[in-house]
Amino acid sequence: MEYFVQQLINGLTLGSIYGLIAIGYTMVYGIIGMINFAHGDIFMLGAFAALIVFLILTSFFAGIPVALALLVMLIIAMLMTSLWNWTIERVAYRPLRGSFRLAPLITAIGMSIVLSNFIQVTQGPRNKPIPSLVTDVYHFGNITISLKQIIIIAVTAVLLTIFWYVVNKTPLGRAQRATEQDRKMAALLGVDVDRTISITFIMGAALAAVAGTMYLMYYGVATFNDGFIPGVKAFTAAVLGGIGSLPGAVLGGLLIGLIESLWSAYFTIAYKDVATFALLAFVLIFKPTGILGRPEVEKV
Amino acid sequence: MSGEPLLKVEGVQTFYGNIRALDGVDVHVNRGEIVSLIGANGAGKSTLMMTICGSPQARHGSIIFDGEDITQQPTHLIARRRIAQSPEGRRIFPRMTVYENLQMGAGLDNLKYFDEDVEKIFTLFPRLKERQSQRGGTLSGGEQQMLSIGRALMSRPKLLLLDEPSLGLAPLIVKGIFEAIKKLNEEEGLTVFLVEQNAFAALRLSHRAYVMVNGKVTMAGTGRELLTNPEVRAAYLEGGRH
Repeated sequence: MEYFVQQLINGLTLGSIYGLIAIGYTMVYGIIGMINFAHGDIFMLGAFAALIVFLILTSFFAGIPVALALLVMLIIAMLMTSLWNWTIERVAYRPLRGSFRLAPLITAIGMSIVLSNFIQVTQGPRNKPIPSLVTDVYHFGNITISLKQIIIIAVTAVLLTIFWYVVNKTPLGRAQRATEQDRKMAALLGVDVDRTISITFIMGAALAAVAGTMYLMYYGVATFNDGFIPGVKAFTAAVLGGIGSLPGAVLGGLLIGLIESLWSAYFTIAYKDVATFALLAFVLIFKPTGILGRPEVEKV
Repeated sequence: MSGEPLLKVEGVQTFYGNIRALDGVDVHVNRGEIVSLIGANGAGKSTLMMTICGSPQARHGSIIFDGEDITQQPTHLIARRRIAQSPEGRRIFPRMTVYENLQMGAGLDNLKYFDEDVEKIFTLFPRLKERQSQRGGTLSGGEQQMLSIGRALMSRPKLLLLDEPSLGLAPLIVKGIFEAIKKLNEEEGLTVFLVEQNAFAALRLSHRAYVMVNGKVTMAGTGRELLTNPEVRAAYLEGGRH
């Protein structure tokens, strides 16, 4: 039982990270109907931005409190990745809006390669480790919870609440949902559609940057190709939860995190990805729109 | 200023790819008028409505609104000049509630007049009040039409464009909607430009009207003139009245 609870906590931590990335996939898909394959690399950029900020902080401001250092890392990583994603949308995706559906998709794959290669060239191909920032652990019987895990789950919960509020209760969120549902009508009501799409990319990137920073803090290492596997997993999470659905993305992320850690705990760790993708295939057979995806047919 | 028409469309040509949908259209709408546009399917009526809103943009000609050239402006900036449209197909946001759809209409002023205006809409269409927390996509056709008009009115428009408000609706509801339009025009001086298949009702409601055939305006006159015009009667009135 204790072992199970332990794995549950590990799974939730991992799932939080996947969920934060998955939101970026699902939002962009919702609003322009495109899978932004470069989003995993945006997450990786977030981790590197946090890493560089960490190195600067520790070499110029030695002895800075860890909480403050983390906060600074988080904020700068969010700003930098937002700027990156905004630029990518502006130069690579926007000119292709209105062309055939595959064009932006292929561009996104290209952009993914560009970003990971850019980091490989500028930061080097090796693993970049950082010393463990947060080392506290708490014991409850045989269950160990590290402060890192608590931070990750708490930050995710807080951000998702803010995010939920923005999307559902503010004029910006309304404009985003309107653009998603009928772009032309949104424009007829005075919504600046291009700007709304840009903001969506910025929001997705900011959440991915948080995931990147958390990932760096949790594993203590960043590599140029870190965007790929977590990116694919988060994309799977978005599809599993129902692409286009925000709660679905979070649910999918948590589910995949849980399956991975529980499978690794009770079965062979080598097959954990097989388990994840088998579940995806299974769900899609019976519910092609994903767990919380909306049905295809709408009464209009 | 008051001598100038509120909307002046001159020589407008609009294309879909290489297909010419509007072929040099001239129409104007004065302040406080109800003007209707009648014509057969595919004549270009809805295209004219959308061209006024810049989606698609006119390739030739000019559209002057309130003294300013809006021909090449993007759609959202045209909307911000207070041209509101209840477009063809109603285009309700299906996964937003009725209330949220109305909030979208009031986005231009950041909901400043929302509480006041939404009460007016609910008085005009009490049905919407009952359904306010229901999703737009679950409404009946008539309710969606009311919502579409209500949403357009929420922006406090200077010019209201209505594209086939009677399409697919029961006669009683059509009557209600036309009465509402007339009331808004008489009491608040709202300027309305209306596309209708239901030519008889539209001509009776309007101060002036245009007849459109194959992307061109072929006739213009007061509502009464066109109602008694033998060509109009043969083409748009008597055929549909049997």
